[in-house]
Amino acid sequence: MLQHLFGFKGGVKPQTNKAPSVQEPIGQAPLPARLYVPLHQSIGGVPNPLVQVGEPVLKGQLIGGADGWVSAAVHAPTSGTVLAIEEHVAAHPSGLPTLTVVIEPDGRDEWISCTPLDYRSLPPEGVREALRDAGVVGLGGAVFPSHAKLTAARSVAVEQLVINGAECEPFMTCDDLLMRERAEEIVRGSAIFRELLAARRVLIGIEDNKPEAVAAMQAAVQRLGEDHEVVAVPTRYPAGGAKQLIRVLTGKEVPASKRSTELGVQCFNVATAYTAYRALAYGEPVISRIVTLTGNVLQPRNWEVRLGTPLRDLVALGQPKADTNKYLMGGPMMGFEIPDLAAPVVKATNCVIAGSPTLFPPSPPEMPCIRCGACAEVCPHELQPFELYWFARARNFGKTQEYYLFDCIECGCCSYVCPSHIPLVQYFRFAKSEIWSREREKQAAEAAKARFELRNARAEREQAEKADRLARASTARSSERKPASAVASAAVVEAGVSSALASEPAVVSSAADADAQKKATIVAAMERARAQRAAVQPRNTGQLSAQQQREIAAIEARRAALQAESPLNTVTPPERAAE
Amino acid sequence: MIITLAIMALGAIVLGAALGYASIKFKVEGDPLVEKIEAILPQTQCGQCGYPGCKPYAAAISAGEADINLCPPGGMDGVRKLADLLGREVKPLEVEEKPKQVAIIDEATCIGCTLCIQACPVDAIVGAAKQMHTIIESLCTGCELCIKPCPVECIHMQPITENLDNWKWKYPVIEIKRAA
Repeated sequence: MLQHLFGFKGGVKPQTNKAPSVQEPIGQAPLPARLYVPLHQSIGGVPNPLVQVGEPVLKGQLIGGADGWVSAAVHAPTSGTVLAIEEHVAAHPSGLPTLTVVIEPDGRDEWISCTPLDYRSLPPEGVREALRDAGVVGLGGAVFPSHAKLTAARSVAVEQLVINGAECEPFMTCDDLLMRERAEEIVRGSAIFRELLAARRVLIGIEDNKPEAVAAMQAAVQRLGEDHEVVAVPTRYPAGGAKQLIRVLTGKEVPASKRSTELGVQCFNVATAYTAYRALAYGEPVISRIVTLTGNVLQPRNWEVRLGTPLRDLVALGQPKADTNKYLMGGPMMGFEIPDLAAPVVKATNCVIAGSPTLFPPSPPEMPCIRCGACAEVCPHELQPFELYWFARARNFGKTQEYYLFDCIECGCCSYVCPSHIPLVQYFRFAKSEIWSREREKQAAEAAKARFELRNARAEREQAEKADRLARASTARSSERKPASAVASAAVVEAGVSSALASEPAVVSSAADADAQKKATIVAAMERARAQRAAVQPRNTGQLSAQQQREIAAIEARRAALQAESPLNTVTPPERAAE
Repeated sequence: MIITLAIMALGAIVLGAALGYASIKFKVEGDPLVEKIEAILPQTQCGQCGYPGCKPYAAAISAGEADINLCPPGGMDGVRKLADLLGREVKPLEVEEKPKQVAIIDEATCIGCTLCIQACPVDAIVGAAKQMHTIIESLCTGCELCIKPCPVECIHMQPITENLDNWKWKYPVIEIKRAA
């Protein structure tokens, strides 16, 4: 079917360097000596650890439960023993630690019993939950939990479902190989997404520098009798950006303030569709992913790597050349330098590139901006990077937001073309994280203010209540000037004459005595306190188990016995209660 | 002549009435300047400025009674913002600037006296009489008001270390070329 394609503004055409890593099929990475599985591998809530140190786990066993709706579960990538749940360096540009489950594999690689899900008969809500609990997230690199994207907007029906196989980053070939080798599963996964979103059309966008992948996907679509459209899109970085691919395939431009579903489009990566199908049809959670290992290595290749495999073990498979001086995670345009090879492979790790001074020469020193406008020409979001740069550099963050800093996808086109070698994206990242941090501080300050005001209001109220009590007490005292006997009886009346008092007639009879009068007030106060305590009902007594009810009955019996023993002893020492 | 005067008088009456109505109708409750100043202050409610909380300090600044460099938790950044807002000179802070910190109770030493609970301006300490107390870290503003009342000195301040949640991209380092 002939598909009319649209264009997006800007973009660059860097050298793709994809050929070396597509020579070999996807290889299975060997089991490492230790697996370091971070609990926080997706956008959203941090999963809670569900295993104990020393506990044996099976391959695919849930080790971190999703925390809230926007969060995804984490599973054990192989069978073995949990050695520790500790802070371990994260696959993050900062090299800071994150909570990680350390697993020592037992070598048996024994699966937990996987139950295929009958997803066709399940309600959509059940399928979404299953995807969340299988840890299915966007494997293009953004790792947003997929189930949260599988709800159509209420007002707009989903017209097109875009499956993103563009893979525009240089060096990266993991999606290419996945489409060549496992096309059928991708197509089936897309069909599930389509059903959940009730999408009219499915468009699979693949850059035209991957003819083998296009052919494989077309063949798979035909074999399965689906009507998905496999479309080859022109190769131009960043055609694989979600908004760019949507624009190219559908002509719809997603504004910053809206989600793509509000325009009737949703976009998923091919690897996400693949894992979703595996999760539903085979019951296999996401425990591994395809990672491209390339760059300055002797054997560039794609590997299926268990999540949690230390990058050092992965890198060794490619045999890095002697002059390798750094490693990048992600592509050369958007990736970051790995600060520590002890960091593990995570769901976001799509590519590891070994770098050398010849492959990535150190960037020449930054020169002043000459306002040539080259960055604005290539910006796919039609921003003005030179203006943003100016304000970010001057730390004028309000102005950067006025120039739509948060529309920047950090694709790196502007830095790529800058004749003055200004690391523009670094300035934008700096400005973004500064703005986020200020926003956090502001929220914390507002919360603190609210709590402070609440506390002051409470203090004032308590003071007023106290003053009120004192005033009442003083009026009561002034009425004490009356004959003492009348006062004593009045006190008794106030306490709500009780049977306990009747048993102590001495108090009332020796009314003339000042001591006795004091005693009377004390007894009355105790009586009041007891009445108050009796009035208070325990609140958490709904839905008790039979055993709890028995326990409560036993306690009540003991208490009744004690109270019968000493009717006026209000403070029962715990030793006596135990008797 | 009389007509001119009458027109002027009539105009004065009409405009005066309009202004009088507007001053009632569009009356601004509270002092907007105090609110603006308060929005800049860090709301730690620590009293290090000598005023009992951020709002009284904001009121004092607005009234011209207090200087703008008395708030150590706000730091130089805060002073600069206040100077911007009020058109005053930027001054160095009176006291040294400290990194952000939280209070930590040594739970083994705590005797459960509740004095720190009463001192905490934001109710960030939980506990009861003769029970161990603890600080809710996310609510603690690091004001240090709980340290002094503690009779057994079991509270200490700990600077907030960098973690994945508060990590920030650094300002790109600009290499300076050496002149030949």
